[in-house]
Amino acid sequence: MMNTHNNEPVNDADEYEAPLEGVVVVDLSQFLSGPSAALRLADLGATVIKVERPETGDICRHLYVSDTQIDGDSTIFHAINRNKLGYQADLKHSDDLAKVIKLCEQADVVMHNFRPGVIDRLGLGYDVIKAKNPQVVYAEISGYGKEGEWAKKPGQDLLLQAVSGMTGLSGNAPDGPVPLGLPVIDLWAGALMVQAILAALVRRGITGEGSLVEVNMLEAAADYQIEPMTVHLYDGSLPERTASNNAHALLGAPYGVYETADGYLALAMGRIPQLGELLECPPLLEHEDSNSWFHQRDLIKGHLADHLRTRPTQAWLDVLEPADIWCAQVLNWHDLFAHDGFKVLGMTQTVERGNGTQYDTTCCPIRIDGHRPVAPLGSCDLGEHNAMIEADFQLTQTP
Amino acid sequence: MTRPLEGLVVLEFCQYLAGPWAGLRLADLGARVIKVERPKTGEACRALATKNIYHDGDSLVFHTVNRGKESFAANLKDPNDLETVRQMLLKADVLTHNFRPGVMEKLGLDYDSIKAINPKMVYASVTGYGQKGPWRDKPGQDLLCQALSGVMHLSGKKDAPPTPFGLATADGICGTHLTQGILAALVRRGRTGKGALVEVSLLESMLDMQFESLTTYLNDGNQLPSRSGYCAGHPYQGAPYGVYTTTDGHLVMAMGCLEKLSKVLGVDLLAGACNSKAAFKHGDAIRQRIGAQITTQTTQAWLDVFEAQGIWCAPVMDYESLRQHPAYQVLQMEQAVTRQTAEGQPVSVKTLRSPIRIDGKRLVCQQAAPYVGQHNSQIQTELAQ
Repeated sequence: MMNTHNNEPVNDADEYEAPLEGVVVVDLSQFLSGPSAALRLADLGATVIKVERPETGDICRHLYVSDTQIDGDSTIFHAINRNKLGYQADLKHSDDLAKVIKLCEQADVVMHNFRPGVIDRLGLGYDVIKAKNPQVVYAEISGYGKEGEWAKKPGQDLLLQAVSGMTGLSGNAPDGPVPLGLPVIDLWAGALMVQAILAALVRRGITGEGSLVEVNMLEAAADYQIEPMTVHLYDGSLPERTASNNAHALLGAPYGVYETADGYLALAMGRIPQLGELLECPPLLEHEDSNSWFHQRDLIKGHLADHLRTRPTQAWLDVLEPADIWCAQVLNWHDLFAHDGFKVLGMTQTVERGNGTQYDTTCCPIRIDGHRPVAPLGSCDLGEHNAMIEADFQLTQTP
Repeated sequence: MTRPLEGLVVLEFCQYLAGPWAGLRLADLGARVIKVERPKTGEACRALATKNIYHDGDSLVFHTVNRGKESFAANLKDPNDLETVRQMLLKADVLTHNFRPGVMEKLGLDYDSIKAINPKMVYASVTGYGQKGPWRDKPGQDLLCQALSGVMHLSGKKDAPPTPFGLATADGICGTHLTQGILAALVRRGRTGKGALVEVSLLESMLDMQFESLTTYLNDGNQLPSRSGYCAGHPYQGAPYGVYTTTDGHLVMAMGCLEKLSKVLGVDLLAGACNSKAAFKHGDAIRQRIGAQITTQTTQAWLDVFEAQGIWCAPVMDYESLRQHPAYQVLQMEQAVTRQTAEGQPVSVKTLRSPIRIDGKRLVCQQAAPYVGQHNSQIQTELAQ
């Protein structure tokens, strides 16, 4: 384990009141979109109860992303599900269902990401919960909405990247489709869900009303691409990546990543003739017309690529940074974690599971009142907190 | 329909993308968002165009992230203007800014000063790399932040150079986190009456976006991600996950059972050294075997085969084919926003609506981005009352 997280000054625990203290979230979702939203709510102080089916639990427990496991579950499960309480219930079993309904009656937020129709068949639809808990904020994430012919399709990140045009933005023109190497649509949909839930809680604080809030991954994919999609709506063009050194299909040269003698350099902005002078690259001096920086970007990028290969990254940074040219060295995680600029952020923490297993993970990226929200509790085991939750919420007592 | 944030006032001292993106979301959710901009030129994003596209004097990017907002022009170095802004801050619920560390202090608009006059204020700031450390004065720009965050080693094939996400992802996710922080603080204010300081940075947001992969890195002995040599989709997903070429295009396949896929393709994907636990170790070999089959037929032919078998797959589409598809059209994601020129001519921009639905209703917006100072007289009148 790396001790990267000991650099943050100790938080002033006495002063801090978590924004969502006292908020109870019942999370019926699995995989990433819903659980990542619940994680953020937990980070911000909510009590999150993760409801999972017996035996297998959240399928994400066994969605391995490498040969590494922690206590038999995938590393991503542990990343997504820390700081939550595990409640095991078979929703097809009437006793268990009755307990979960009782739990939802006392919840501030109920959320799920079942495919359309499933939650109603289970007897946990919005109307059922609202009838028992009118102030509830009830949140749903689906893949493609409830209306269209894709409604029953699997809401999986790569499939959504493919249909939403996203694979045409990254990589170079000859590369064919290049997906983003992170589940960005899951994350974006989850992040939208958090915003919707919190806005609904703000309103509830003012008017006392509950809400139904809905997000779907196809709309999330479009929203994440609002900038390039609005360009398409404007002129009908499709994003065209540059032949080399592409970083944004809609931006002119120099915007891109360039190989140097010993690594890579990201170059974001800069007047081309000025870059020509600073870098001592004569072919760039000819491009005085700023329109050419877009229309002749392949040519200009070619000149830059040939030239920047000749010296190491730091030599270029030493010339460009003093001139306020926006540039940065391309780092990998080894370089990043070793850098003071990373260490000072305090973005990692060690958490501990109920059985004593410890692991390292990242922290909430939002600071409140100068305080980094951290929480020592690791991921929940399946059904780990059943007894506690049944006692605290009086689930077993007959009315 | 009443929107959840109706009645709340946000003063946005932000420029470019991350901060205004948060303002856009808050406006869609019902808040009154007022951009405080320098007179005449306004905020810098008005002049930051992609593809050199300007519309009615402002860049299309500006139109995209500033619809539904108001504009108040003020020179913060002018004492009279600054005093007016202070008056506005007394009545506001939220302040957002993305000045570099130290700038708001010089203007006397830092958190402590504002808290002293309006203790209920939710004060939210965006920086590039946090308030301290060696990068604090580096420009907080999307591509630079992607470069430092390590994210460029996740997309593309093994032999490809570092591959950035081809859109403003750090700005987008950071604006999202800013919104989350602001809203959470407003929830607390509803309970305690107290304001808050909310801080986010582009770099921390990009780290959060990689939280699953970073947690894997932190627990697998610090192995750097290894991109696939073939059909790369995601460096941490085993075969068949990836992009495959057909006779007339491309399709993607997500997680799937290799034994089942072997039967459907009529090829033993696990022959030789491959076994199903080796979906990572032998991912490239397995992807090559799959790719050799997929390349023999059309995309639709494969989709028909795979979908009948419940195999997770999809065609690779572009914006044109997406927009023609009924499954997209039924969502009604597009909307036109409009403003009136000084001559009274309507000017419209077509863009996307909010992706959040409240109580079964879509959140649509008709109002285009404001002109610089468009709402000065109205706001002055309100202050005088």
